[in-house]
Amino acid sequence: MKVSAVITLKKDVLDPQGKVIHETLGGMGFNSVNEVRQGKYFEIDVKENDPKKAKDLVEEMCKRLLANLVIENYKIIETK
Amino acid sequence: MKSSVITFPGSNCDRDMDVALTKFGFKNKMVWHNDQELPKSDLIVLPGGFSYGDYLRCGSMASKSKIMHSVINFAKSGGLVMGICNGFQILVESGLVPGVLLRNKYLQFICKNVHVKVDNIDNTFFKNLDKKVLEFHIAHNEGNYFCTNDQLKEIEDNNQIAIYYCDQNGNTNDQINPNGSIKNIAGIFNKEKNVLGMMPHPERMIDQSLSGEDGSIFF
Repeated sequence: MKVSAVITLKKDVLDPQGKVIHETLGGMGFNSVNEVRQGKYFEIDVKENDPKKAKDLVEEMCKRLLANLVIENYKIIETK
Repeated sequence: MKSSVITFPGSNCDRDMDVALTKFGFKNKMVWHNDQELPKSDLIVLPGGFSYGDYLRCGSMASKSKIMHSVINFAKSGGLVMGICNGFQILVESGLVPGVLLRNKYLQFICKNVHVKVDNIDNTFFKNLDKKVLEFHIAHNEGNYFCTNDQLKEIEDNNQIAIYYCDQNGNTNDQINPNGSIKNIAGIFNKEKNVLGMMPHPERMIDQSLSGEDGSIFF
C-alpha cells in the first residue's frame, strides 16, 4: 500500500529557498504571489494492506526520521 | 588520553581531526559508523564532511547509524563528545544538543575565517583558554542555528551557548553574523557541558604555517 507524506516548515521558521523562489516568480511576471514555502513530499510503499496500520507506520517514520519536529510539521495526505 | 573519531560515509575532515588529535598527544582511533562498539575513549569526535551526501537533512541519516547508539550512551554517561560542522549537525539530529541547523540565510556556501567569542570557560572543553576571542575557519552550507523560543530561554538560562560569531574585538552583531544563526550562535553545549557541537573547524587551526593556531586550545 502506498502512503504519502508532506513535510512543511513551521510558520516561524525562515525559508530562504521559498523566498528566492517567490522573488524569481515575481521576476517572471507572477505578481500575485503572497508567499512561497518549500517543503518535501514522500511516497512510501509499505508491506501493509490495512490503511490504518500503514498510516500509523508512516507517521512513526515521520516522527523519527522524515521530519525534524523542531522546525517541521508533517501531514499524511493520502493512502491508496 | 584516548580519543576516537567516527567516520561516516561522506565524512571528509576525519583525517584532519586525526592529525590534530595525534599532534597534541591523543592516542586516536578511527571508528567506522557501522561498528557497534566504541573503543575505550576519553573523547569521541564526530568530524565534518557531508555524511550521506546531506540527504534528507544534514546529519539526519548519520544520526541513526549503528555507532550512534554507543555514542549517545557514552554521552549520557558523562563522556566527552565533540561534533564539528557536519558532526554538530549529527549531534542536533540525534538530540544530544538542542536546536537545529538550517540552510544559511543568504543561501551561499560559506568558506572563510571567522572570529568567535568564548563566554563560558567553566567546562572541560574551554577550561585552559587564556583569551576570549579566537580565529577559526568555517565551511558550511547549513550552519544557521535555530531553536524555539522556549529552547533558547532554556539554553541561555543554563549557559549552554559555547561560542558566538563576533568581530576581532569580540563584538557580536548582525553584520558579523555569517549565516543568520539566532544570537550569532556558532557552538552549543548540552545541559551537562560534556557534549559540544560547533560549526567552526578547530582542526584547521593547529599550525602557524597553515592558517593559525587558535584550534590548539582544544587538543
